[in-house]
Amino acid sequence: MSNRIDVKKTYKLFINGAFPRSESGRTYEIKNAKGVFIANPCLASRKDLKDAVVAARAAQSGWNKASAYNKGQVIYRIAEMLEGRCAQFVDEIINLTGVTKIKAQKEVTDCIDRLVWYAGWSDKLSSLTGALNPVAGPYYNFTIPESMGVIAAIAPESPSLLGLIDAIAPIIVGGNTVVALASSKAPIPAMSFAEVLATSDVPIGVINILTGKKEEIAPWMASHMDIDGIDISGLDAKSDGAVRIAGAENLKRIFRFKSADPGRILAFLENKTVWHPIGL
Amino acid sequence: METPVSFDYAPAPESRAIVTIKPTYGHFIAGKFVTGRKHFPTINPATEEILSQIALAGKAEVDAAVAAARKAYLTTWSKLSGKERGKYLFRIARIMQERAREFAVLETLDNGKPIRESRDVDVPLAAAHFFYHAGWADKLEFAGLGTSTKPHGVAGQIIPWNFPLLMLAWKVAPALATGNTVVLKPAESTSLTALLFAEVCQQAELPAGVVNIVTGDGSTGALIVNHPGIDKIAFTGSTEVGKIIARAVAPTHKSVTLELGGKAANIIFEDAAIDEAIEGIVNGVFFNQGHVCCAGSRLLLQESIVDEVVKKLKVRMAKIRVGDPMDKNTDLGAINSKEQLLKIQDLSKVGESEGGARWSAPCVFPNKGFWFAPTIFTGVTQAHRIAREEIFGPVLSVLTFRTPQEAMDKANNTPFGLSAGIWSEKGSRILWASQQLRAGVIWANTFNKFDPTSPFGGYKESGWGREGGRHGLSAYLKGVGHE
Repeated sequence: MSNRIDVKKTYKLFINGAFPRSESGRTYEIKNAKGVFIANPCLASRKDLKDAVVAARAAQSGWNKASAYNKGQVIYRIAEMLEGRCAQFVDEIINLTGVTKIKAQKEVTDCIDRLVWYAGWSDKLSSLTGALNPVAGPYYNFTIPESMGVIAAIAPESPSLLGLIDAIAPIIVGGNTVVALASSKAPIPAMSFAEVLATSDVPIGVINILTGKKEEIAPWMASHMDIDGIDISGLDAKSDGAVRIAGAENLKRIFRFKSADPGRILAFLENKTVWHPIGL
Repeated sequence: METPVSFDYAPAPESRAIVTIKPTYGHFIAGKFVTGRKHFPTINPATEEILSQIALAGKAEVDAAVAAARKAYLTTWSKLSGKERGKYLFRIARIMQERAREFAVLETLDNGKPIRESRDVDVPLAAAHFFYHAGWADKLEFAGLGTSTKPHGVAGQIIPWNFPLLMLAWKVAPALATGNTVVLKPAESTSLTALLFAEVCQQAELPAGVVNIVTGDGSTGALIVNHPGIDKIAFTGSTEVGKIIARAVAPTHKSVTLELGGKAANIIFEDAAIDEAIEGIVNGVFFNQGHVCCAGSRLLLQESIVDEVVKKLKVRMAKIRVGDPMDKNTDLGAINSKEQLLKIQDLSKVGESEGGARWSAPCVFPNKGFWFAPTIFTGVTQAHRIAREEIFGPVLSVLTFRTPQEAMDKANNTPFGLSAGIWSEKGSRILWASQQLRAGVIWANTFNKFDPTSPFGGYKESGWGREGGRHGLSAYLKGVGHE
């Protein structure tokens, strides 16, 4: 048994429900905390980002139309699939970061519980932020939250899996689609998580995950005219200004978040107000 | 058949006796009027008469205003309870109501909008905004914006010339209710009602420095945007300037809200009540001379009703009374400035050269002032500049569609997303269309309605954030879940 050579995995990107290599052919080396080689994940290119945005845009209207109940169930399904593969993620996190088993288990179970928490928000958002507005006239007037479109997210370096889930889940729960950049130093759990997504009833293109360098990809995200907003929680503060300046070209909504909070969901929702006269 | 007798309207001019316009104005800083150093004239765009000389604020004045606002924030305003802040706002609302006629006349003289609109829309809505937000001041913890919200501190506010007093109210009322102090700059061509509002603040005994008003042009606005002592910027104006502001504040910790341009589709389905829709089209694009960011400037007509609607619309447009804004019968007043008139004329020429068929209502203009007849272009396609760019004048572009989905695709084919109109007698179609349209305000079987309880603001390049309602409060609070 000990003589067996194990089968190692090639880590690729997750775009439009498929696992392509970077069109650029570029990869970078990941080593664990002890300096042992782990994998050569893809160094996503500008073209990979464009492909991911095309997929996310194509998926957006369908995902937006799904009922809130359905969206909640799909996100809950992600939690179910992650629960079933808990041990794999614990091993990957330990192997990559060298943390204790207890700490790795805590991160994975937090991820599962966080997904369940976000899933439950899907059909409560309009109660949370919608309104019937008592205008001074014979009009029925209401405000409802609506998806913003395609949102990019830069996940924090660590915790790499929980950070990615905190980036993705609040974006999609309200009907947006997402192109997320995983932790550069620890992308392995993210790409394994893409396998969870691929088996979780998430429609293709709703979640797309890239690996690579944030200093390269963040400016491309900021200047892409078909991205509506960016979660820059994982971006260094020194790059913040440049990304916001480039993002102003189409007035992207760009936010940084500190915690899992309903405000994180609402930041990437628009509010639509509808008026109609009342009368005979 | 006998021709019906038509009666002309006799002139019914509003008196300007109620207002006293000083020959020169200064800035309002720390509760007092401060003499300006440089001045520029403000004119009545209907007569080109110079009404007064307005002070041009430079760095010294902006610095003084920001310092006054900071001092007021630290020493008085942030120490007051919400209940007491609210009472000041109620006072302001009441005084604005008491002096409503004065505000309306002054607004019409300085802006050129019909007295009927300043009297019935701008001024009452401005007072209503203060009354609404006054009530929020001591109830912010119930606004559903999180449990740890705080005011930003000093807000810098820059407002446009199309609804001078109303935009002031949209900015100042929520800022004060949430506990911020403000430095406000009115538009270069319309400062007078803001300066009258400063007197209202004095009458209301608002603590010195809570509201500071500096007048000036774009250079003054830039000083506010780039001032390190300001925590939050709120701007209403063009998308072009909005992007400049977004870039300017990007490397800073300033929070920003932007209410920018629009190119709203007003969609008429074949089952619409046509006569009502005609009124809605006219109100949608000719209200306030078309100087409205949410104006319904792209008319989308279902093919089967194009001839009928265009014919009836021309008949109706010919009855729009253009002229003296002080006349209570006037529907369409003066274009706010020569600069804006030139812009409208230029884009209209482009509309003709690109192949649109132009028709303007016949009207006789006064000898002086800036005027533009209500105008429509038929045969417009999505590629035409008059279908893509904000004209900000009484010019309507007519496009057509065959299927409801085509109407939605055309309506959404714009970088803007401020408003849209839907005209149909079928409820399910209205609700379907209201879901499809990518715009922040949807008017169904109505248009250009505003209310302090109703959030207003755009998708996409029409801006960031909302004004009015519970949603508008978050623009002036931090701790709402993101940075």
